[in-house]
Amino acid sequence: MGSSQSTSEEVRELVGKTGFSSDQIEQLHRRFKQLSGNQLTIRNLRKAPTGLADEINFEDFLTIMSYFRPIETNMDEEQLEHCRKEKLRFLFHMYDSDSDGRITLEEYRNVVEELLSGNPHIEKESARSIADGAMMEAASVCVGQMQPDQVYEGITFDDFLKIWQGIDIETKMHVRFLNMETIALCH
Amino acid sequence: MLPATLPLLGMPLSGAGAGVADGAAGESVLPPAGLALLRWQWHEVEAPYLVAVWILVASLAKIVFHLSRKVTSVVPESCLLILLGLVLGGIVLAVAKKAEYQLEPGTFFLFLLPPIVLDSGYFMPSRLFFDNLGAILTYAVVGTLWNSFTTGAALWGIQQAGLMAPTVRAGLLDFLLFGSLISAVDPVAVLAVFEEVHVNETLFIIVFGESLLNDAVTVVLYKVYNSFVEMGSVNVQAIDYVKGVASLFVVSLGGAAVGLVFAFLLALTTRFTKRVRIIEPLLVFLLAYAAYLTAEMASLSAILAVTMCGVGCKKYVEANISHKSRTAVKYTMKTLASCAETVIFMLLGISAVDSSKWAWDTGLVLGTLFFILLFRALGVVLQTWVLNQFRLVPLDKIDQVVMSYGGLRGAVAFALVILLDKTKVPAKDYFVATTIVVVFFTVIVQGLTIKPLVKWLKVKRSDHHKPTLNQELHEHTFDHILAAVEDVVGHHGYHYWRDRWEQFDKKYLSQLLMRRSAYRIRDQIWDVYYKLNIRDAISFVDQGGHVLSSSGLTLPSMPSRNSAAETSVTNLLRESGSGACLDLQVIDTVRSGKDREDAIMHHLLSGGLYKPRRRGAWRCAQAHASFPLHQPVLRRSCPGRAGRGTWQCTCHQRPPRLCLWTCRRVGTKASHPWRAWRLPPAPRLP
Repeated sequence: MGSSQSTSEEVRELVGKTGFSSDQIEQLHRRFKQLSGNQLTIRNLRKAPTGLADEINFEDFLTIMSYFRPIETNMDEEQLEHCRKEKLRFLFHMYDSDSDGRITLEEYRNVVEELLSGNPHIEKESARSIADGAMMEAASVCVGQMQPDQVYEGITFDDFLKIWQGIDIETKMHVRFLNMETIALCH
Repeated sequence: MLPATLPLLGMPLSGAGAGVADGAAGESVLPPAGLALLRWQWHEVEAPYLVAVWILVASLAKIVFHLSRKVTSVVPESCLLILLGLVLGGIVLAVAKKAEYQLEPGTFFLFLLPPIVLDSGYFMPSRLFFDNLGAILTYAVVGTLWNSFTTGAALWGIQQAGLMAPTVRAGLLDFLLFGSLISAVDPVAVLAVFEEVHVNETLFIIVFGESLLNDAVTVVLYKVYNSFVEMGSVNVQAIDYVKGVASLFVVSLGGAAVGLVFAFLLALTTRFTKRVRIIEPLLVFLLAYAAYLTAEMASLSAILAVTMCGVGCKKYVEANISHKSRTAVKYTMKTLASCAETVIFMLLGISAVDSSKWAWDTGLVLGTLFFILLFRALGVVLQTWVLNQFRLVPLDKIDQVVMSYGGLRGAVAFALVILLDKTKVPAKDYFVATTIVVVFFTVIVQGLTIKPLVKWLKVKRSDHHKPTLNQELHEHTFDHILAAVEDVVGHHGYHYWRDRWEQFDKKYLSQLLMRRSAYRIRDQIWDVYYKLNIRDAISFVDQGGHVLSSSGLTLPSMPSRNSAAETSVTNLLRESGSGACLDLQVIDTVRSGKDREDAIMHHLLSGGLYKPRRRGAWRCAQAHASFPLHQPVLRRSCPGRAGRGTWQCTCHQRPPRLCLWTCRRVGTKASHPWRAWRLPPAPRLP
């Protein structure tokens, strides 16, 4: 970031795009610099299959974080719906690793396996069967009764929305970005 | 011993004593006339018989109430019970010319309250509880303090203004004492009323958590003011106020600590009860009750102790004890709690009839009613405004209305007011009358109107959805994502600490407190999956799905050995499922009929194969399912639930020849098939 003038301009731009306040952006920027070792981008350390970016810059960082902003109290119905959709879309992309718009059984299995990978006593096959069961549930929710000939390809975004109808994601998917001075800078 | 127990039951001592004396006197004077075929020995069974009769009356009343759907949907049960108590008390009064049965504080605190608190503590949704702990603590501590001070002071103000009859001889301290006992939200009443209203969980847990946790504050305030009143207001010094504040911390933290210690003990002992399954429910109740009594003995907050005991031990105890014990514990707790609640409300009604115990003063009564409503509403609004600065999900106006309206007073206040010492508190009778009116008002009027109010305000109701696998998975994913995001952002927030706690728990606590076999498979996702499977299996059989059709077992064939590539499940379905390729000889060797049924059911379900009514049962899992069944995981094969879809399956494994029934290699002996329901340590498949 160059001179202070362009900084504040950029900040304003980011404020407009992501909805964070300028204080929060300052703090996140500080954190970003910490994580990236004062470089401009954070390297993705994991050997990524296709679909994952190698590096992200600050703007990407902010965009991702903006999905976790708590909802405003003064939002109206439409904005709330939009907010919710955005958060769910983010989640959907996390599951859908090859970004083809569908969560197939294989991708779902990967998710479940990773979730259960912390417990060394649950076998992979059990994780698979759980994923299958969950997929089956999703199928029944989304498509209802199916003919024996039908094949269920995967969960699309609309199906995903349907599954999540009962759960209010706005209250669950948020992180407080306010008090970050208490960050231990020794990470 | 009998005469000693009678006061405990609130029954007149004279009647029984006279009976005994008469009997003794009679026997010493006249020798018995002959051999008596039957003797009337009422006095020997009087005490327990009366207890049993009262409980029976209460239960019968409940049955009668529920005969009429219309009535119970409008009027909450607690109202009906209180009214019934009033009627019964009136009858007893008319017949015996004096009020005989009362809600005695001793009985109440030692026998009637613990089951209810234990039940609520044990079945408290702990995740929700801890998520909202900040709000709950605020309302419980700050709210109760605010309520008690303002109510007491306002009542004193009324007295000074001369709106009360001069016979009410009470000073500021007396009013503060009264304020402290009348201002506490009562867990029994809240449970009884909110149970029928079904507001959303956050609201319920806040009000209910508040009612449980404010016990510490109530206990402290009550004891402090009681001792101030006994010391006389002139002798109170500054140091006593400081001690009062300190005792708040001691009572609450001490009570919680006692509860946690007993929770630890309980979890630890259930780890070793593998061979003595029958005592497991007993252990749970005994140790929880011991926690209550210990806290009560040390004059700490007993309700907090039992709540913490229940919350703390549940996870480990549920993992350690057997399935049957779990059911036993659950149902016994619910039965005891429901019974205690019924008896409490009925006795409340009965006790109100005894007019020798109370004295009416209009100013006091109306003033109290007005002030508790007013100050509760004010307190809720103020605290919510403060809390909303910190909460992620703000509590809106409608929530606040429900919260202030739902602050019900109940039997705890009544028991505390009866406990007052008449010599030290001369206005006790007036207080008793006021408490009765307040309790009746809150339970009857507020209980009746809260349902329409909730409907009118369109409060968000709780959605009683069954736990789905997807939800559980997503919740877990969320926790991970949020903890990760917090880590990235560098903010040590709630999720971070929760994650740390879970790590600690997994590494140390669970290993110590959980049985080894339970610890291994301990995972919430797995639990939900397992439970869902079992539920499906049960509903499958319940719906009349015949486990054994006349044509014998029809099971589709296993995927052909040659296909190592993708096996479309659609193909599987098209195969009409002929030819059992299972090892049926194991079934033949089953001896008893029950074994056979169990075996067959398990066989079918674990294979997920039976097609009831010949409609396509999905069997994607089937494609690769059979082999890894060293853990007898049930596939969700019941079509009723899981919709009959199929999808592309990628199966790369070749199934070895397994007996699907015992899930072991063909040829092994399986003598106890039903044990396979539990998850044994997995035998390695080559």
